[in-house]
Amino acid sequence: MSAPSKDDLIDFIYEEARMLDDGRFDEWLDLWTPDGIYWMPLEYNQQDENLVTSLLHEDFFMIKLRVERFKGERTFSQKPKTRCHHVIQRPFVDRLDVDAGEFVTRTAFHYVETRLDDQTLLAANARHDLVLVDGKLKIKRKRVDLLNSDAAFGNIQMFL
Amino acid sequence: MSRHANDRSAIAALVRPTEVHRDIYIDEDVFQLEMKHLFANCWVFVGHDSQTPNKGDYFTTEIGTQPVIMVRHSDDEIYVLHNRCPHKGTKIAIDRAGNTGKFFRCPYHAWSFKTNGCLLAIPLRKGYKDTGLEESESVKGMAPVGAVKNYRGFVFARLAPEGVSFEDFFGSSLSSIDNMVDRSPAGRLEVAGPPLRYMHRCNWKMLVENQTDTCHPMVAHESSAGTAIKLWEEMEKPEGTKKPMAMEVIAPFMSSYEFFENMGIRTWPNGHGHTGVHHSIHSDYSAIPGYFEQMCEAYGEDRAREILGENRHNTVYFPNIMIKGPIQQLRLFKPISANKTLVESYIYRLVDAPDMLLQRTAMYNRLINAPTSMVGHDDLEMYERAQEGLHSDGLEWVNVQRLYQPGESFEQEAIENGTTERQMRNQFDAWTKYMTMTMDEAAQ
Repeated sequence: MSAPSKDDLIDFIYEEARMLDDGRFDEWLDLWTPDGIYWMPLEYNQQDENLVTSLLHEDFFMIKLRVERFKGERTFSQKPKTRCHHVIQRPFVDRLDVDAGEFVTRTAFHYVETRLDDQTLLAANARHDLVLVDGKLKIKRKRVDLLNSDAAFGNIQMFL
Repeated sequence: MSRHANDRSAIAALVRPTEVHRDIYIDEDVFQLEMKHLFANCWVFVGHDSQTPNKGDYFTTEIGTQPVIMVRHSDDEIYVLHNRCPHKGTKIAIDRAGNTGKFFRCPYHAWSFKTNGCLLAIPLRKGYKDTGLEESESVKGMAPVGAVKNYRGFVFARLAPEGVSFEDFFGSSLSSIDNMVDRSPAGRLEVAGPPLRYMHRCNWKMLVENQTDTCHPMVAHESSAGTAIKLWEEMEKPEGTKKPMAMEVIAPFMSSYEFFENMGIRTWPNGHGHTGVHHSIHSDYSAIPGYFEQMCEAYGEDRAREILGENRHNTVYFPNIMIKGPIQQLRLFKPISANKTLVESYIYRLVDAPDMLLQRTAMYNRLINAPTSMVGHDDLEMYERAQEGLHSDGLEWVNVQRLYQPGESFEQEAIENGTTERQMRNQFDAWTKYMTMTMDEAAQ
């Protein structure tokens, strides 16, 4: 791919959600650039990434650690495993700049996580900053804003 | 008739020298007695005064399960008031923080109160003429808590009007707060953003005990910290690559039993204590450029070294907070019911210190204390399994025996092997004391 179309960007977002729901985490890791950042702010409309707390602000090493941890023999909070489910709205393509190689989407979605008898429903918006690497779209940055990011939560164990 | 009435002997019998009865964790009657007695008699953390920097600024929270408002009055002092209109009981403020100006106004019938709680005005007051309102509880306004103390910015309150003084309650344990505040070249902390809020379906005391439980990290956190170390070692990287900040934070959780034994635990009277007397998992963080120089400038080199040489790990202030001096963090374990606890994890900025320190602190908070934290998932799994397991009738007692010394007393400060459960026993000693001090003996 040399110049992704709007549909390419939208398909990418849908495919990412499907990978997560299918538990294909190693494939999902391949969607990231090595300097990718996955951010879930704690405050509504949070601006500062570093000097106030976030729910998540992780580089590729940490994201990979999460995936490796899921597989661990002694990962007791994943015995039994959590399952997740994304219902995403058609993504808005907010930026499609082939010359700059910058692509931004915004996706509204509902997310369900379940383990044993518990089920959690969250509403969120995701902003993806995508780039082309060797002709493939990659995630350089993913920001997930929970609608109720400042609420008290129990465990949220999977990726939104 | 409830299983545990207001009966001093019956409550005291729940705590033995080396074990405690499961009802302490799972019985709703015991929980209600804790709210009525323990949380009324102890000095309980409310908030930090930087959360209400200006006159009229308020912050809503709970002491035990009691809703309160912390507010800065026109005299610049912090007041802690029950968050209840003296008229019909309406909560005066329900947002987490704000500025109310010169007075609170109840949204239901517009009774208004000064920010020290005193009644200011009632609309159509003539309706109370000759009704004896002056003699009522309502006319006193929003009730203040029993006593308030602002210690170096940390605001504590005692709900009971009479009781143990702040100084007697905390004694030398205040040295941990001192060390945290002294780490600012200006000797001052400021809250940095809102707390993480993590709901736990377990009893609040399990969380407090876990803070000085040094035999669980290498087991329960093998999944997160152990995997992190493995992943880092396997990663292809140039020789001498510096460990990222996240690794510096998470890797020490896998330290050996020997490391934790040698770390030491200190206990103080009234249920306070800390891990990390000699060193801790916070000892080996990289130096932040410029910080030591700032500290020397502010305190002189000897004193600066003394302050920064202290690397206390977790300090428990009984009943329900833990602070980490070296990384300016406070966790508040808010009891909601016998099987439900809200954990709020705050971080503070060292005024005049480099931002990099706060960045590490914010990172620590989200890596360890967030509902999205792997380390948090490890711990919560254990608490919830325990909360459920305790309903088993196979055994009614919980063991707190590690390195028990027959006849041990908690009246004096003591330093012990870092894997002792003495601090847990110390907490239960204080629990019995503050639970029963205002109880009667059972009626014969």
